[in-house]
Amino acid sequence: MKITLDADKCCAAGQCVLIAPEVFDQRDEDGVVVLLDAEPPAGQHAAVREAAAICPAAVIEVQE
Amino acid sequence: MTDMIDTTVPAAPGPLPVQPPAGCPFDPPAEFGALRTEEPISPISLPDGSRAWLATRYADIRAILGDTRFSSDTTVPGYPLSGMTGGGNTANRGFIRMDPPEHTRLRRMVTREFMVKRVEALRPEIQRLTDELCDAMERRAGEPVDLVEALALPVPSLVISLLLGVPYEDHDVFQRLTGKLLSRTIAEDARESARVELRDYLDALVTAKEKEPGDDILGRLITEQQRTGEITHDDVAAFAALLLVAGHETTANMIGLSALTLMRDPETAEQLRQDPSLIRGAVEELLRFHSIIRNGPRRVATADIEIGGQLIKAGEGVVVAVPSANRDETVFADPDRLDVRRANAQHHVAFGYGIHQCLGQALARVELQVVIATLLRRFPTMRPAVPVEEIPFRTDMAIYGCHSLPVTW
Repeated sequence: MKITLDADKCCAAGQCVLIAPEVFDQRDEDGVVVLLDAEPPAGQHAAVREAAAICPAAVIEVQE
Repeated sequence: MTDMIDTTVPAAPGPLPVQPPAGCPFDPPAEFGALRTEEPISPISLPDGSRAWLATRYADIRAILGDTRFSSDTTVPGYPLSGMTGGGNTANRGFIRMDPPEHTRLRRMVTREFMVKRVEALRPEIQRLTDELCDAMERRAGEPVDLVEALALPVPSLVISLLLGVPYEDHDVFQRLTGKLLSRTIAEDARESARVELRDYLDALVTAKEKEPGDDILGRLITEQQRTGEITHDDVAAFAALLLVAGHETTANMIGLSALTLMRDPETAEQLRQDPSLIRGAVEELLRFHSIIRNGPRRVATADIEIGGQLIKAGEGVVVAVPSANRDETVFADPDRLDVRRANAQHHVAFGYGIHQCLGQALARVELQVVIATLLRRFPTMRPAVPVEEIPFRTDMAIYGCHSLPVTW
């Protein structure tokens, strides 16, 4: 799995952080998404897919 | 049915459905179920006689709210303003009524204040406030207590006052004015006078804070954005109005409705008491189930766009039915059942969808988790003090809930 972000579109809703906190974080200055792990281990894959599906601004792209 | 609809909106369609089915105060209007299968993008009449499209399916609603060609700018011709609460158009309308890039610029001035880690750091303070209010309720044991007044409204109201740096002593003022702004049944001139009164109150508040900006959201907006010329005094007041109104009525009504549903569902309440780890999922399910936003969100198309097989033309308005999306049977199995273990509950659109999705959602989640878990733990025998048919539900408001909720234990 490889994750890419289009952070310019991020509206800082923070749902990805709630769902996959080991993969996503928010930067301190404005809450915009930060990728902690672009190629997360298999145990995180379901959570990452869920975060991508829920992201309100369609920021998270997942390639498998 | 759809082949009968001309691309121009036909004559005299009905209004936006708002009444829950008789005897089912927790269910959305029954009309939505039929609309989802028969006419998912259907014409409605707004109070001034103008027309708009009503979207009722989950997929269509995500498509509309996720597409910035559907504008949130209330000054764009064709925007479905009629029947909208919160007051009419003004120069300082707040970023929720704007599009990018201005929306993005302004929203990002406050997003950090509501990000997950900031809100998680507030959890102990929210717990402390909740415990204090519960202590006060305990001292009133034996008499009926209005849960809205005693707990549901004060918790989010105290928290947002603290975050913004608004004196909580003023809560009578902003709660009364917010109530008027969000009423669907109030006369337009009375709503306008409430809006003016709130504007004057906030204008004076911002002026006071300009002299002595505190370590709070409004203080930081003044020192970091206003003093550097990024925004004006009026912009700060618009931020205050938006965050104050959005920050307490919504969560307050979710607390009241959630508490009531759990009083009437002792089996689920017991499961939550036995296994506190269920509370996060339970809050998502309660948000889905209750979907308290009942009067939008609204958009205006800025291009001809086909949604769910229906062409929506540039300049036509759209009203989105959040409660309908969240009961869409193609997304949520057995949607009318409250299931606190529902695997995809967080797919709900109770906070909206797209770039305008609720800014304060992390805060709302923590407040709901803390208050509901605390109520269940400290008041396991709490029950309504009146028959449910005597509880005044807010069918007259843009945000659904209970006007008051008498309880005993």
